[in-house]
Amino acid sequence: MDFELTEFQTDLADGVRRMCQGQFALEQLRAFELAEQVVDRKGWRSLGEAGVFNLCLAEEAGGVGLGLAEAALVFEELGRALVPGPLVASHLAAGLIDGADDGSVVVGLVEIGAPGTGDVAPLIVEWLGDLDVLLVLSDVGVAAVDPQELDAVRLSRPMDPLTPVWSVPRLPPGTPVGGPDIAAWWRRDGAVLTAALQVGSAAWTTDLAVEYAKHRHQFGRPIGGFQAVKHLCADMAVRAELARCAVQAAAVTVDQPDVGDPGAAAAGAKLLADEAAITNGRSCIQVHGGMGFTWEIPAHLAYKRARVLATQFGTDDDLAESLGLWLADPTTGDATGSDGR
Amino acid sequence: MDLRYTHAEQAFRAELRQWLSDTLPGLPDKPSPEDWPGRRAYDTHWQRLLFDAGYAGVDWPVAGGGRGSTPVEELIFKEELERAHAPYVGVNFVGLLHAGPTVIAEGTPEQRERFLPPILRGDEVWCQGFSEPGAGSDLASMRTRAVRDGDHYVITGSKIWTSHAEVADYCELLVRTGPEDSRHRGISWLILPMDTPGVEIRPLTTIAGSTEFAELFLDEVQVPVANRVGEENDGWRVTMVTLSFERGTAFVGDLLEAIELLSSAVALAQRTGAWLDPGVRRQAGHLRAELDALTALTKRNVTQAARTGVPGMGGTFFKLAYTETRSKLGEFTLSLLGRAGLAADDVDGLDGLGVLPASTMVEDWLRGISLTIAAGTSQIQRNILGERILGLPKEPSVTTQAPASVGGPSGPTGS
Repeated sequence: MDFELTEFQTDLADGVRRMCQGQFALEQLRAFELAEQVVDRKGWRSLGEAGVFNLCLAEEAGGVGLGLAEAALVFEELGRALVPGPLVASHLAAGLIDGADDGSVVVGLVEIGAPGTGDVAPLIVEWLGDLDVLLVLSDVGVAAVDPQELDAVRLSRPMDPLTPVWSVPRLPPGTPVGGPDIAAWWRRDGAVLTAALQVGSAAWTTDLAVEYAKHRHQFGRPIGGFQAVKHLCADMAVRAELARCAVQAAAVTVDQPDVGDPGAAAAGAKLLADEAAITNGRSCIQVHGGMGFTWEIPAHLAYKRARVLATQFGTDDDLAESLGLWLADPTTGDATGSDGR
Repeated sequence: MDLRYTHAEQAFRAELRQWLSDTLPGLPDKPSPEDWPGRRAYDTHWQRLLFDAGYAGVDWPVAGGGRGSTPVEELIFKEELERAHAPYVGVNFVGLLHAGPTVIAEGTPEQRERFLPPILRGDEVWCQGFSEPGAGSDLASMRTRAVRDGDHYVITGSKIWTSHAEVADYCELLVRTGPEDSRHRGISWLILPMDTPGVEIRPLTTIAGSTEFAELFLDEVQVPVANRVGEENDGWRVTMVTLSFERGTAFVGDLLEAIELLSSAVALAQRTGAWLDPGVRRQAGHLRAELDALTALTKRNVTQAARTGVPGMGGTFFKLAYTETRSKLGEFTLSLLGRAGLAADDVDGLDGLGVLPASTMVEDWLRGISLTIAAGTSQIQRNILGERILGLPKEPSVTTQAPASVGGPSGPTGS
């Protein structure tokens, strides 16, 4: 048992962090705020070249052949940098949709029939203006829809300025590309990778708050010297670290299913990571005081992104309940929500 | 990252499991919680069994007479003992977890030879005299005074939260040997025989009604200078050295116990019908997610100790998160008990519900309250985390790292 990053895993995460700092610096990303199209195609292909999408695809299928553990580390870095775009969807679609693996095609995803989302019209769909393919994930499987065919209306005031959203009155049935097995597998791995994005965000807002608390002076001393502020920061760090352990353990459990229940681990990780990202985002704004309520300070971007991601691959209520049901009867299997309800 | 155990680790587990299943049925009946001589006899008998089987001091270095196991083996050891419902470390938790390791690291060869084997064999029991009525979170302000008189120290003062003092043979005692305002620079670490004249023990009753703690009053108590561990006025550092023995496994048993308690709570909710409430199901699921994450954090901390040989700061993260989760679990189980929780007696439930396990749940709820206070309150932990890990400016009063007290309302292994 050795639950710490290998040298290779550390290097992998460092490499992605450096790439994000170079190509996805926040100042550059912010130029796309509230735009209809946010995905920079060149940047997306660089993500593809870096292995973001084909990391878990088998080598014989042209992928890198690594596990979800490595993917979770990569996605934590993407989350920390607030890299926009349908990252998880395109990763899942690698090998199923041509061009998803190398980033030449941008693939989005919307869940229907998932607990909490329902089939209610209109459906809110992210990223439509950027997508080549929209995948529809339901309990029966995965279907591909041509985004051009949708009678969609762009919403002018998206919650996250870097996640454009559309209102879609009706979804066509689309072309089936995968069955219920793939749907269940995607829900589980999608939950882990989305949770990894949230961990990155939770860690980043902790750093942002701590830096501010060290340098902002009031009453003649840095505000971070006051327990009221220091303890907010300490709690942020604990949430981020605990969620990180949960996410990495879930990813390893998917790769090594004999060590635990992958579905339950994924649900628990997403639950805690959502909470960490949301609560830390909120605390980060609070530590910044009045400046935290301005558009200029990026704390709100992380907070809003966390809210967006919390609606994908299981909401907190659904995840908690699926875990409760799994506790009562561990034989129900997948606790990420594809059955047992 | 690899969560699988190696063949050697699996073999260690299998052998231990076999020994536990052979040994545990032969244990005498558990004494009542208030029968302190009985508890001492029970716990030291168990320690002797561990000693004879080669499992005593599994976490102690070989040089100290221990087994010198790896941090991962220590994790497995604690997991298996909890799974088999073996006795806890018990009345000598101070000797085994704190005083013994301190003597290993800082004692003279004579002190090691005299004091270590009886701890491992279960012959002698230790308690801890660190906190004082006026020195809790601010331990360095302690005032119990030791004045040198020839080859003795003469000690006057008082200590508090001294667990199991009534059945202890020795006390690891921190005393002020420097000037009154010398804080952590004027403290010495002494071995106090509990039968020395002038030592008075006064039991303290906790909100759980239990009496494991005592106050210790010291009136011109004479302790030989030869019983000092480390140099005079260097006792703070001596105490801190013990921290390097911590390998992230302190709460392994507690964590498994909490997971088991949650399962009982779910079973209870199913019997009472509370399970029909989605809010109850979500609370249970959420608690399980937290406990699983804490298990993962434990494995992270153990791995760091195994790789570097020293504990990281992960223990601070763990303590803050675990104690909060445990408090929530206590509130959850108590609310599920409803009015059956108005007494800590196992009562026959109405409507054919069978016996409701009120005793465990009510006691656990009360014990949970001590966890955010003992061994450094959550507020002090947040200061430590904020200052030492996040690098935020210091509180004026926090001058140096507080020693990891195993005293307080409940040590890391419970009491």
